[in-house]
Amino acid sequence: MTVRLKPDTTGMRRRGRRRWRGASVVSGFSRTSYTETVLSPLSIGSEPLELERIVAALAAGPDAGADGAVVTFLGLVRNHNLGRSVRYLEYEAYEPLALKAFERIAAEIAERWPSARLALHHRTGRLEVGEASVAIATRSPHRGDAYAACRYAIERIKQIAPIWKHEFFEGGEVWIEGATANPDDGVARAQAERIACA
Amino acid sequence: MRVTVRLFARLRDIAGASELARELAPGATIGDVWRELAGEFPELAGYERSISSAINADYARMDQVIRDGDEIAFLPPVSGG
Repeated sequence: MTVRLKPDTTGMRRRGRRRWRGASVVSGFSRTSYTETVLSPLSIGSEPLELERIVAALAAGPDAGADGAVVTFLGLVRNHNLGRSVRYLEYEAYEPLALKAFERIAAEIAERWPSARLALHHRTGRLEVGEASVAIATRSPHRGDAYAACRYAIERIKQIAPIWKHEFFEGGEVWIEGATANPDDGVARAQAERIACA
Repeated sequence: MRVTVRLFARLRDIAGASELARELAPGATIGDVWRELAGEFPELAGYERSISSAINADYARMDQVIRDGDEIAFLPPVSGG
């Protein structure tokens, strides 16, 4: 099952002038056909990720013509981790909270890079080596903001998204445990911003 | 009052269930629920300092007071991406 956000979510509304206004501004499209044909920008679920679709999720905004850059990132399942031969991963998520974490990341990006917009899809379930677990696209008038926002998004996912990797390797299995999720931890957020702007 | 407790990843494995129902006294906090679970499943106690918690799919602090019908979640350190 894939949980998706409608375009007019709180996180999107905070974008000010560049906010997603939905179908009413796209002539010839009703709201229904708009949401059916354009993938929502933030989602989590078991369906395979398609980079073209998440890029398309950003292409329909009313100010899209002002953008000069799209940066994309795909996170892949690696065949090795800490000296172990990885067979496959199973991703588990607390999906409603993960979507809220994604909204929060989008809002943070809107605050730090006001001209940039974010699309972010994360997968759950069993993923084989080489498959994409996360797809991110950012779009902005100039490439610098799009690059920084894209890097920021993946760093923040690793800090605050309630998602877990269960690693199945040659000889065993282990839950991977990274950061204690605390969205209000300003030190972690500043660290993500430093990495994004390095 | 009655609440639902959601457990994820290794916490779920330790408890052997992804969802538990619990009866609590009025005024109980998330921390009270955690301590009760850690008493029941001693292996959970090692997560005391590294878990995050949530109420009704919003991050919340351990001292937040619970209301009847709430969904409480305990989250081990995350590893998405």
